[in-house]
Amino acid sequence: MTGEVTKTLPLEDLHQAAGAKFGAFAGWSMPLTYPAGVMKEHQHTREHVGLFDISHMKLFVVSGSGAAALLNRACPIDAEALEVSQSKLTFFLNDKAGILDDLIVTRLGAKRFMVVANAGNAVADEAHLKALARDFDARVEPLDRVFLAIQGPEAEAVLAKAGVDGSSLTFMHGFEPRPNWFMSRSGYTGEDGFEIGLPEADARALLAQLLGDERVLWIGLAARDSLRLEAGLCLHGNDISPDTDPASGALMWAVPKEIRASGTFIGAGALRAIVEKGAAQKRVGLKPEGRQPVRGGAALFDADGNPAGAVTSGGFGPSAGHPVAMGYVSTPLAKAGAKLFADVRGTRVPVEVSALPFTPHRYRKG
Amino acid sequence: MAKTYFTEDHEWLSVDGNVATVGITDYAQEQLGDLVFVDLPEVGRKLAKGDTAVVVESVKAASDVYAPLDGEITEVNGALSGDPALVNSAATTDGWLWKMKLADEGQLAGLLDEAGYKAHIG
Repeated sequence: MTGEVTKTLPLEDLHQAAGAKFGAFAGWSMPLTYPAGVMKEHQHTREHVGLFDISHMKLFVVSGSGAAALLNRACPIDAEALEVSQSKLTFFLNDKAGILDDLIVTRLGAKRFMVVANAGNAVADEAHLKALARDFDARVEPLDRVFLAIQGPEAEAVLAKAGVDGSSLTFMHGFEPRPNWFMSRSGYTGEDGFEIGLPEADARALLAQLLGDERVLWIGLAARDSLRLEAGLCLHGNDISPDTDPASGALMWAVPKEIRASGTFIGAGALRAIVEKGAAQKRVGLKPEGRQPVRGGAALFDADGNPAGAVTSGGFGPSAGHPVAMGYVSTPLAKAGAKLFADVRGTRVPVEVSALPFTPHRYRKG
Repeated sequence: MAKTYFTEDHEWLSVDGNVATVGITDYAQEQLGDLVFVDLPEVGRKLAKGDTAVVVESVKAASDVYAPLDGEITEVNGALSGDPALVNSAATTDGWLWKMKLADEGQLAGLLDEAGYKAHIG
């Protein structure tokens, strides 16, 4: 992000008033922690409701008679097969099947889709999608919205009290409950919860209600990271990137079977070749022994000291009660229980390949 | 009677004779956030001013704590192995990190006093 101006959130005044500490992330000045601190913020989200300002992420409406065809070209997805209100995790791939970004696509109507993109990739995503759209009868419209995540076991209840009914949604479904609102039952914590994109004035009115509810606490990026890591969810740029693909990323569950075989998305040929040959490395969960966190970038070795891969994300899991990490290991070692070592400042820390997630998902699947 | 000194790297030293007890300041622990692990050095290790003596790990990141002066480690705070959050809750008392025998007490003259440190953090 060198040379770029750091963008500020539309609701920055509210975060300042809440006592947030800010830091740079993906070109944005973001709340990292609030006075409660990362531990309490993390646990509060798992026990009650965490409120996250994720307005750094970008919403796009893709519409037109060719909208589904455009998405089928851009992503390994069958957009036509999505039911109205159904959401799906998917990707933009390059022609080597490298992951340019991970996205959530929701069908809003017969010819309208919502695409939610990561902050750090939003500008490139928009250019990519608009360039592809020239070959289709489709429009790509970036939206100017405040985007909030309301996550945790009491999310539905606090929203209901604030006059927003999300009870009809199940996990990975979304709709437009009011003009210029988009609301989905989804998130990045492993908990039940919602993400709502809405105009700033509406957001301020909703927040006035939510913040008056003692079950609701602002949560910063630090706890957002520990929550998603425990939930085994990928951070683009760390755990997936243009240098990794859905097969090595253990994300083929997001690619429908028939699309794997016959899809014409960008990167289809490369992805088929990788799957056929077998990915050389796989993304896995890693549980360090003891209390010492193992961070992204740490090299991994097998029992004989041979290079075995690398950690891509790591930290401490406040709910798990132990350090948690994710990384890539050579495929023969990618099975739960495999014993490896991570190099941490010259010390060999034993780590075990572990099933993901570290903390069970508690999605409302209906 | 112990005298307290500070560094610009947000450490405090409580010096009694030629032994210094070293920790991080309350300001530093607040900046770091909740600590989950303290990587303590071995007793007997010789430190030169500026060496990494301890690594404190928060949920999110690892940070080095440097030796403020030359010397040799005589004791580490073993309580931090079981309760690293002591550094957050009692940074300047029970959350001390290590004790060291100073090689050159003359180096103390280069450190800050409390007023100097307060001016440093603004």
